[in-house]
Amino acid sequence: MQEIITLAHGSGGKTTGDLIKNIFIKHFNNDILIKNEDAASFMLSGRAAFTTDSFVITPVFFKGGNIGKLAVCGTVNDLSAVGASPLYLSCGFIIEEGLSLNELEAIVEAMAQTAKEAGVKIVAGDTKVVQKNAADKIFINTSGIGIIPDGLYISGSNAKPGDKVIITGTVGDHGCSILLERERLDIYADIKSDCAPLNKMIGDVLSKTKDIHVMRDPTRGGVAATLNEIAAQSKVGIKLYEDSIPVNDQVRGVCELLGMDPLYMANEGKMLIIAPEASVNNIMGVLRNTEYGANSCIIGEVTDEHINRVVMKTVAGGNRIVDMPVGDQLPRIC
Amino acid sequence: MDNYSSAFRDSNLAALLTERLSKYSGSNVNIMEVCGTHTMSISRYGIRSLLPESINLISGPGCPVCVTPLYFINSAIELSNEKDVIITTFGDLMKVPGTSSSLLMEKARGKDIRIVYSPLDSLKIASENKDKRVVFLSVGFETTTPVTALTIRKAAEEGLSNFSVLSANKTIPNALKILALDEDVKVHGYLYPGHVSAIIGTKLYHELASQYGIPGVVAGFEPIDILHGILTLVDMINENKKAVVNEYKRVVDEEGNKEAIKVTEQVFSPCDSVWRGIGNIPLSGLVIRDEYEAFDAWKVYNLKPCIAEETPGCKCGEILRGKLKPTDCGLYGKKCTPENPVGACMVSSEGTCAAYYRYQGV
Repeated sequence: MQEIITLAHGSGGKTTGDLIKNIFIKHFNNDILIKNEDAASFMLSGRAAFTTDSFVITPVFFKGGNIGKLAVCGTVNDLSAVGASPLYLSCGFIIEEGLSLNELEAIVEAMAQTAKEAGVKIVAGDTKVVQKNAADKIFINTSGIGIIPDGLYISGSNAKPGDKVIITGTVGDHGCSILLERERLDIYADIKSDCAPLNKMIGDVLSKTKDIHVMRDPTRGGVAATLNEIAAQSKVGIKLYEDSIPVNDQVRGVCELLGMDPLYMANEGKMLIIAPEASVNNIMGVLRNTEYGANSCIIGEVTDEHINRVVMKTVAGGNRIVDMPVGDQLPRIC
Repeated sequence: MDNYSSAFRDSNLAALLTERLSKYSGSNVNIMEVCGTHTMSISRYGIRSLLPESINLISGPGCPVCVTPLYFINSAIELSNEKDVIITTFGDLMKVPGTSSSLLMEKARGKDIRIVYSPLDSLKIASENKDKRVVFLSVGFETTTPVTALTIRKAAEEGLSNFSVLSANKTIPNALKILALDEDVKVHGYLYPGHVSAIIGTKLYHELASQYGIPGVVAGFEPIDILHGILTLVDMINENKKAVVNEYKRVVDEEGNKEAIKVTEQVFSPCDSVWRGIGNIPLSGLVIRDEYEAFDAWKVYNLKPCIAEETPGCKCGEILRGKLKPTDCGLYGKKCTPENPVGACMVSSEGTCAAYYRYQGV
């Protein structure tokens, strides 16, 4: 019979201890975690960046990853977006009773693998088990600490007119792939989540130039929401060129079928980079040679016109406002 | 497919067409795009920003969600209160405000309301939940109705007893005739929707052209389709050509899709229908035939449509008829926004007000 998580696994007794030892310590194994203290301790030097994110996703396993990989990438990428080198992560699990141990182990294994790829240590953790229907299989929270190199000042309020806007690859892959799997749509498309840790790529860029004004990973709400936030924070306008925005053909097809817009779909392995024109060639040169940035494109520029707004020149030559999304995108009727 | 559609998005060709349109020097013309999908495309590609002021685009009544009457939403909410009922619906009905709630709010309160992408998905849900009763909320025009009809027929063939359809399906022809006769609406030309035309053919449009003197162009939904359609239509209006040109021949022919018409007629029969903001239009709706009444949720649950009042100040009716632009409504952008829609035109992404709000030219 398949072993499953029960309330006993969250009770704090022997079953909990076994779970920690056989799954979490086994995979996350590192010098700080195995000390098994109430809190992890380590030395830091420099300006620290600190962030947290909670992950709830249906389905838990999807093409291109699972909730565990996502939970590590999400926090690593948030740290990367301010230019920090991610070092340490904590993770909290809220598990619905009935989740199979095999599934939990696959999730934890993915977290460990991704942490290894990103070069971060998972040094603190917590597990709670809740009754059936009190959660949707598993929720994960991760927090992370990283160090920002000296002389770097990256902020959402730092975009300046004349800057160029770079996206490090195709937009909407994660959102589109999750939609197809979650809604059991009988659409056969070879689309997978772009979920990936971006710290190495960003590290490569920063080792070449520190002349970057804004970085942000366009997750929920997609490129549209993120650029709207930046326009408002920096009090500038942003102009996009529709024909320069990279979209996977199949994502475009699915979006058209369902009346959705890839600009509003989540990405989990992309970064928006806003930088002065003088450093754009350097940045693009580095990005194009990285695994996750090979399809980087310049998609627009910052302007002192239409302040607070993102405007796109469409393929037809017209202009339209790319507004902040309201609620979830829902598929149209016809 | 991508190469096929990208040809109709060619920027160079678009620039050529735009240049020709910008040289237009005739009198002011009002062109009505009948269908919401055109409204969306026009907004999405910023086409209004490419036209000279003398060419005015009016959005017509072709957004199915926008013209669905208030009582339909109220009845759907009433049904969702039944303990064993699962409501299935297209996504854009979720946010439509009823008198005191919306399906989205009811879902948050724990009602079992599920979004489907095709009515056929409801059958899957019905057969997987035999202890529940599934009701599909069916709205839409000629394009969506055939699939609903097919779904009902399939449910009948499979003998599904826990599935029914709450229908408010509508048909375009009589609405267009009413608009053509309306003194207040000065439409000089119709931009006809490619997909509806693919089902019903172009016969009706010829009637509107010859009897009511309004020329029309059947166009697809890509920017080149639309720009070219507008160009042709403007020329026809100025040359006083009361005719119909089909510029969407890659999909539309004169006769339409006989199979789709057949299955619709088999399951539905014409009836009078209330259009939100417009009122009753004779024989512009569809009702499930007696033969399939076991699948008609209005009958199964003995629901009585209760005509409800619209919010004071809401100008959806005038906007749907092309009498007013969204910006002429006092609620637009203030009390009525995509976050908090008052009228239906703000709800659907195809709605005139939502499209204006989201995509207005800069």
